Amino acid sequence: MMEKSIPDSKKMKDANHWRGVIAGAFLLLVLALLTLGLLQANRGQLKMGEQAPEFVLNTFDGDQIDTSELRGHVIVVNVWASWCTTCVFEAAELEQAHQMYRDRGVIFLGVDWSDTDAKALEYLQRFGITYPNGPDLAGRIYKEYRLKGVPETFIIDSAGRLSSVRIGAYASLEEIVQAIEFALDS
Amino acid sequence: MRKRIYAAACSLVLLIMSVAVVRASAQDGQPTDDDVNAIAKQLYCPVCENTPLDVCGTQACIDWRVEIRKKLAEGWSEEEIIQYFVDRHGMQVLVQPPAEGFYLFIYIVPPLILFMGILILMRAVRGWRNQGPIESPGLPPDEQDFYTTRMEDELRRRQDDA
Repeated sequence: MMEKSIPDSKKMKDANHWRGVIAGAFLLLVLALLTLGLLQANRGQLKMGEQAPEFVLNTFDGDQIDTSELRGHVIVVNVWASWCTTCVFEAAELEQAHQMYRDRGVIFLGVDWSDTDAKALEYLQRFGITYPNGPDLAGRIYKEYRLKGVPETFIIDSAGRLSSVRIGAYASLEEIVQAIEFALDS
Repeated sequence: MRKRIYAAACSLVLLIMSVAVVRASAQDGQPTDDDVNAIAKQLYCPVCENTPLDVCGTQACIDWRVEIRKKLAEGWSEEEIIQYFVDRHGMQVLVQPPAEGFYLFIYIVPPLILFMGILILMRAVRGWRNQGPIESPGLPPDEQDFYTTRMEDELRRRQDDA
């Protein structure tokens, strides 16, 4: 009787041990996923001087612009949407700045987020925007640049580092000029 | 009286006309609001978190619904339109992401946690049952005897008195 019960209790102990290990591993996996998710969500803004994420913009004109090929130029990346009420405050000024700096090698790129093509093209026409613009496909640029909304403007210096970030619309053309000059000087 | 009859007749004519117009537009092959909303409710608003497109009043959602209507009128199928929005705006626009890749976790983890919870609860209940009824420790036997003896003496004494 005793001989039989000892191996049985050992088997039970082993089974309990493995059950505990599996449950613990599962719990750890869930916790790791939650932590990763939280870290991802709270990465915060991109820091000044940090290497700006590279991206490819498929423009509404059918061109493809790869920012990794634009090294040596100051790049102004403006993220906007046609439905965004504050984007309109800076739209004309951004085009003005583009006209001012196009001969100095400053490249303007417009990234249209969560929009429809028809409305986006209407918006570009309304403000006479001529610099390249394209949709943010699958919201990749929005994620890479850790945006919290639109409009946001990122100015990248000639070495590909982030020179300035503007959350919300620029208040005036002077503000845009100041930010670009800073990037050109750095 | 005549005015009332006239008003009722006018209302009836208007009602019939409006029904006819709705039917005509549906027969024209133009997508109805229901057609648009059937797709819109499967998508999330890009601006407000966790708000389906069919009940959202933001300009972005209105534009997206217009886009859905346009694509339906062009003959796109429901799947094609949803795929267009996923390609364009990412998987996060889907109210119900597909059960594949990383999204598989969404479908596996919660039921698994629930299952494990039920298992733990069942084991706990079984453990409680195996313990059997809890008995009161009562008085120690010698103390019990003392009181029983006293009680019996008292009863005997009362019987003798009576």
